[in-house]
Amino acid sequence: MTHYDPHDVDTAPGDELLSEYEFGAGLRGYLIGLALAVLLTAASFWAPHTGLIWGPGIPVALVVFAIAQMGVHLVFFLHVTTGPDNTNTVMALAFGILIVVLIIGGSIWIMESMNYNMMPLGPAMVQP
Amino acid sequence: MTTAEFTAPHPRDPHHLGHRHAAHAHRAPGHGEGGPADKRIVVGYGFWIFLLSDIVMFSAFFAAFAVLERGTASGPTGADLFDMTNVAIETGCLLASSFTCGLASLAIAARRALWFHLAMAVTFLFGLAFVLLEMREFAGLVAEGAGPTRSAFLSAFFTLVGCHGLHVTCGLLWLLTMMAQVYAKGFRPHVLRRFLCFSLFWHALDIIWVALFTVVYLMGAMT
Repeated sequence: MTHYDPHDVDTAPGDELLSEYEFGAGLRGYLIGLALAVLLTAASFWAPHTGLIWGPGIPVALVVFAIAQMGVHLVFFLHVTTGPDNTNTVMALAFGILIVVLIIGGSIWIMESMNYNMMPLGPAMVQP
Repeated sequence: MTTAEFTAPHPRDPHHLGHRHAAHAHRAPGHGEGGPADKRIVVGYGFWIFLLSDIVMFSAFFAAFAVLERGTASGPTGADLFDMTNVAIETGCLLASSFTCGLASLAIAARRALWFHLAMAVTFLFGLAFVLLEMREFAGLVAEGAGPTRSAFLSAFFTLVGCHGLHVTCGLLWLLTMMAQVYAKGFRPHVLRRFLCFSLFWHALDIIWVALFTVVYLMGAMT
């Protein structure tokens, strides 16, 4: 058996670039991911109850923690990397994120604007 | 061209972009040499595309929730209804099950059946705990008159959270199927491919839950 080089095989999405002799390295990756995810989750649940963050800034902090945790999950659990084998995966992910931003951002933008332009529904305007 | 050009060793590129070693070319066909990519890569990539489309579907439900969140029809708001301790326990369960699913991936890569079944059993128990906690929460909301018919806010809430819960329930059934297939068939290539898809699915569900507990529960409980 010649030396096994994991860089000479292609990797599927979710696959880690590891040989079968690197069980410890794989476990370490998942443990780091778990520790970071627990930290970010704890920070999210703690943020609304602390006085450290300025009130109107709390939603921003929550969004930052959530995006960071999604990144942790992508890197340590789904093994999305910047390596050449992951180019297609990352391109598809980027397109997915674009669609998600368009749907959520567009919906909120249009509906907020519509609510702003609508007259408030007074008692006289409610149909019997 | 001379034959010398084919036999001369190419200098190895540091980022492994080329893979032009004649002896190893067949091991990395996805780099444009030696024919189409391995089936594991095609299947994994196809499932990745499905997951992204699933996330796009969830984004529509998220958009509906964000738009309808204030439409409480003089009924209860998120701050009145949500039990954050319950949500924190649910989050812990799903995160732990995502971690143990990763351990099952390591066990299946090392071809250790016992560790695989153990990790999958723990994953199932954490996932089941999540689903049961969510069902208890839903039953409690309906019992106190805050069911999906109460207001636009609650319709959007039950649709979004319920859709995620339905995904987790389907994932639990898939998990049991994978345990049965590994038990009955062993580590065959198609079983390994199915497990790859399952692990992608399970980790993606946890990513959606991160967005869900942030937007629905943490932000919803503040207003």
